[in-house]
Amino acid sequence: MSDTDIQRRQFLKTSVGAAAVAIAPGMLLFDMAHGKSEAVSSKVRWGMLIDTANCADGCNDCVNACNKENGLSGGLSPTDSQWIRKVELKDMRSGRTLALPMMCQHCEEPPCVDVCPTAASFKRADGIVLVDKHLCIGCRYCMMACPYKARSFVHEPLHDQKPDVPRGKGTVESCTMCVHRVDQGRQPACAEACPNKSILFGNLNDPESEISKKIRTVASTQIRADLGLNTGIRYQGI
Amino acid sequence: MLKLIALLAVLFLSASADATESYGMPKLDIGKGGQCVEEPQWMRKNHMKVLLQQRDETVHQGIRDGKYSLKNCIECHASTKDDSVIGRADSFCEGCHRYEAVKIDCFECHSSKRKSTLVQKESK
Repeated sequence: MSDTDIQRRQFLKTSVGAAAVAIAPGMLLFDMAHGKSEAVSSKVRWGMLIDTANCADGCNDCVNACNKENGLSGGLSPTDSQWIRKVELKDMRSGRTLALPMMCQHCEEPPCVDVCPTAASFKRADGIVLVDKHLCIGCRYCMMACPYKARSFVHEPLHDQKPDVPRGKGTVESCTMCVHRVDQGRQPACAEACPNKSILFGNLNDPESEISKKIRTVASTQIRADLGLNTGIRYQGI
Repeated sequence: MLKLIALLAVLFLSASADATESYGMPKLDIGKGGQCVEEPQWMRKNHMKVLLQQRDETVHQGIRDGKYSLKNCIECHASTKDDSVIGRADSFCEGCHRYEAVKIDCFECHSSKRKSTLVQKESK
């Protein structure tokens, strides 16, 4: 091999190395901004633990954050979409009052998925229950099946939707657990917005996650646990 | 003789230019443009197929960094005037779709606006 050949080879080796160094940070940044390229897996199950003792009466921050993140109008008429709502409860005998946020409970056995005639209502491998609006025909059977009244139907044409949250007339929608944020490694808007940190978001399948540890140590309940749906949202202090 | 050939050549060229224009091909506002993910001619034929496949992967499997993303189309090709790919006769999506008389359903639900501009406006 001639001297020139060897020099050429060395030049190529070093330039390839330099290129790799130059590209790698860019690739990392791309991953951060766009989310993972792997499919979600059932090793993860996303869930929330809501501490009702810390949920302040009259505070609506989670609802407002949800409306802002997902581009909802925030109206309360029967035809306005509500993905999360504050519910206030009062025990008439003792007079004890309680406030809590109520949304899609992301069931392990979701009734909305059972009844959907087009398979538009589905559960992702990581436990998030969603509507594929490309398949939804707007029959609203899922709305009737849901024991939590979590779903809404879009009655009117919409404009200026959020780029991350497509929504449209004639389809059913509900809390997506901010799936577009979760896929980027962020937490849902409501959990981030809560001033008292009473919404704890995390992976229920990881025994070392903060939410799993807390569920092991404090008493928490699922709403309508009698239905055996194994909801992903749990409440503490009801 | 030379003059005649030159004249014929000029006539031929102008005739072919007329032919292209008489098709009424839409002149599109391609926004920022730049290097597309595939050849433009291939994309004209196949963009709907790749968008369809990737949409299912994104919605059902959470794969969000695919090559053929509607948001990325809009990011490069939304007009620099109104940040949209629809709404005008020369808009990137609507221009061709009007010419071909094919209805676009995408933007009844999806935003037609460039995301980076919306984010900038919100942060102000």
